[in-house]
Amino acid sequence: MARFTLRVNGRSHTVDLPPDTPLLWTIRDVIGLTGTKYGCGIALCGACTVHLDGQPVRSCSTSISSVGNREVTTIEGLSPDGSHPVQRAWVAEDVPQCGYCQSGQIMAAAALLEENANPSDDEIDTAMAGNICRCGTYDRMRAAIHRAAKEG
Amino acid sequence: MTDIFKLDRRDFLKLGAATGGGLILGVHVADTRPWVTPGGPLQPNAFVQVAADGEVTIWVAKAEMGQGVRTSLPMIVADELDADWSRVTVVQADAHPSKYGSQMTVGSRSVRNGAWMNLRRAGAAAREMLVAAAAAQWGVSATSCRTESGRVMHNASGRSMSYGRVAERAAALPVPEHPKLKDPAEFNLIGKPLKQVDTPLKVTGQATFGIDVRVPNMLFATVVHCPVFGGSVKSFDATRARAIPGVTDVVQVSQGVAVVAKYTWAALQGAKALDITWDPGSFSLGSADITARLIELAKHDAAVARQNGDCEAALARAAKRVEATYELPYLAHATMEPMNCTADVRADRCAVWAPTQSPQGTQSAAATITGLPIDRVTVHVTYLGCGWGRRSRTDFVQDAVETSMKVKAPVQVLWTREEDMQHDLYRPTAYYRAEGGVDSTGRISAFKLRVVATPIRGRGGRGGVDRSGVDGAANTPYRVPNMLVDNVQLHLPVPTGHWRSVGPSRNAFVVESFIDELAHAAGRDPLEVRLELLSHHARLTHVLELAAEKAGWGTSPSPGHARGIGLVENKGGLAAQIAEVSLDGGHLKVHRITCAFDAGRIINPNIAEAQIVGSVVTGLTAALYGEITLEAGRVKQSNFHDYPMLRMNEMPAIDVHIVESTEEPGGVGEPAVPPTAPAVTNAIFALTGKRIRKLPIELEELGATGS
Repeated sequence: MARFTLRVNGRSHTVDLPPDTPLLWTIRDVIGLTGTKYGCGIALCGACTVHLDGQPVRSCSTSISSVGNREVTTIEGLSPDGSHPVQRAWVAEDVPQCGYCQSGQIMAAAALLEENANPSDDEIDTAMAGNICRCGTYDRMRAAIHRAAKEG
Repeated sequence: MTDIFKLDRRDFLKLGAATGGGLILGVHVADTRPWVTPGGPLQPNAFVQVAADGEVTIWVAKAEMGQGVRTSLPMIVADELDADWSRVTVVQADAHPSKYGSQMTVGSRSVRNGAWMNLRRAGAAAREMLVAAAAAQWGVSATSCRTESGRVMHNASGRSMSYGRVAERAAALPVPEHPKLKDPAEFNLIGKPLKQVDTPLKVTGQATFGIDVRVPNMLFATVVHCPVFGGSVKSFDATRARAIPGVTDVVQVSQGVAVVAKYTWAALQGAKALDITWDPGSFSLGSADITARLIELAKHDAAVARQNGDCEAALARAAKRVEATYELPYLAHATMEPMNCTADVRADRCAVWAPTQSPQGTQSAAATITGLPIDRVTVHVTYLGCGWGRRSRTDFVQDAVETSMKVKAPVQVLWTREEDMQHDLYRPTAYYRAEGGVDSTGRISAFKLRVVATPIRGRGGRGGVDRSGVDGAANTPYRVPNMLVDNVQLHLPVPTGHWRSVGPSRNAFVVESFIDELAHAAGRDPLEVRLELLSHHARLTHVLELAAEKAGWGTSPSPGHARGIGLVENKGGLAAQIAEVSLDGGHLKVHRITCAFDAGRIINPNIAEAQIVGSVVTGLTAALYGEITLEAGRVKQSNFHDYPMLRMNEMPAIDVHIVESTEEPGGVGEPAVPPTAPAVTNAIFALTGKRIRKLPIELEELGATGS
């Protein structure tokens, strides 16, 4: 066990956990933010995507000891009121079906738009290929990313 | 406890207005809000309530798994009520043995087969009472009043009154048994592409799935199940597991061993550290053994599922005969949210929070396990991270209830992805023998199909026929003068279950492929042959013609491209699809799937379109990748590396054309799954001459024979 202070959505949290504890379970079960989901546990599905200093990472495969001083942003911290351009575009396109993967999808899309303000279809596909949606909402997600780029 | 299931539309409407955009933004449901049990003056039935402030509450008794029932079902109630949609709050109903009728959410049954009529009557009853109360107050006849957007109006006098103001008086009136329903021409919500009420919660991480349930003092657990089907725990040593920081307990449950901890990760680590000796039982078959058994069984007697004419005689005099065999694998559901359930069992009561398609089955399972009377068991239904039929069973509920009983604390049991994939209730594997004949005029004269399959457990069916196992074959809409469909069942310990669209997910692939084979043998256009066999079926003919027209059937595709057809009549929906594919150096590319779809009157075209696209993704994923294999009685696949899912970069263009119809509503969530695989493989045949008779499609094989 060891003490780690994590910066999550602008707030500090000190946790006492084994160093190899994944960020995912720390966020969900210890800090209490459940928007970030477990899908595969081995970085294959993207449901657990969060940002570390703005970069998308798979929190299921990121140990808390590796986070250091980097700022963790989860779906709950993307905007205070659901008003991030990607979230607004997701509402406008009515993207989610079951919705389970959508936190990870939105975090991946938000990171893409930070890097590339106006991505092409191919660039979107490449950036989003690590995130599985079993319901098949891919077309609406792509449309929503274009919309967020335009209306951002 | 967070009120996780109540989406308060007022809140997000206000929030939208407050931010000035007029856009409905995500609502944040505060963690401190009490569990809301609305109560109001007028509640004529289990589904609807009108409060004195005019707010309307509608209970949804079906489970939301992405198919949109939390939007479409309230639309039906609200339409008959003439409610103001912006003042409707949707509440997820807890399980109840009888109050709502069946809460089982399977088979695209929430609207079809008259299910929508109950909801229409629920809304209409409330409306009739509100009108009667207002009319009495005004001293006018009820028939001289009308309703609109949450108000009763009296045109002759120009008076109007909000539902809220009259609700209390309405509540004193008798509930009409046969309320007058609207003329469908007057529907003002049904048929509109309204956005889903849950989307704001789902884009902000606030929608509570099973895995997100949090109750005070809860523990987190995972269960390790015997990897071999039919096996059990012989003994286990928990010393190393208990040494993992955070692990609080290790207990045996009926289906395996549960590791209980303060947080999930410790439970997962503890599970890895468990030393379990299994009694593997007697089942040790692998996939090749199972296929060999199916092939052997195909030679023996079969139970007749459908027969017309004389197939043998027609085959004997056929100008051309075709024989073929097909093989389809077991499939896992692989819902995005792995199986999980939270239970809090006390001496005199039990609470369960479950992402379940079977709220009542969950309630009765928990009552049986705990020995509590059913009215002491509360089941809260969370959002479901996909359903697909997997969550219609209660094996994961059993794990949670038993674990909570053993450790005497509220426990959330979460299966790992690996446990989920290796302990699914699989879409049954099947082997088919097909024989067909074409007469001298080029017409298909005989169609004979033997379905040899592992049945859905407990669904053997009468007369030796597994009815859901031959669905899509025995009841094919094609009319061939001489037909025989029969069935042989192979019972194995491999657990099987319903998988989105069920029987037709397999059988339509075979029927559509074999019809294509016969059309080719006859030297005829596969569209023309199908239309000939469907001439009795105007709606399906129209759907097929619509798909053909939109896909440009009959025009030349781009060089190196080819098209194929698949169709099905399934669960009240008619779906025809045309795939356009190409092959480049062995790489199969599906360019476009054109879908025509008729499910009668559509409640919400926005949701229907999403469901059809999602169904195509489901069908295509299975066609390209879906295969669960066994070795020594256990499943080999474990996660998304060896049971892959279609990803965004693999998406074809999907064009959806929904037929506008006033026919009774049919199913929307499943009928578009079965046509996709045969549309793609028939297109591959058109391109390469290579007939795909086994799924998933072997890409290497295509490369070897491709153009």
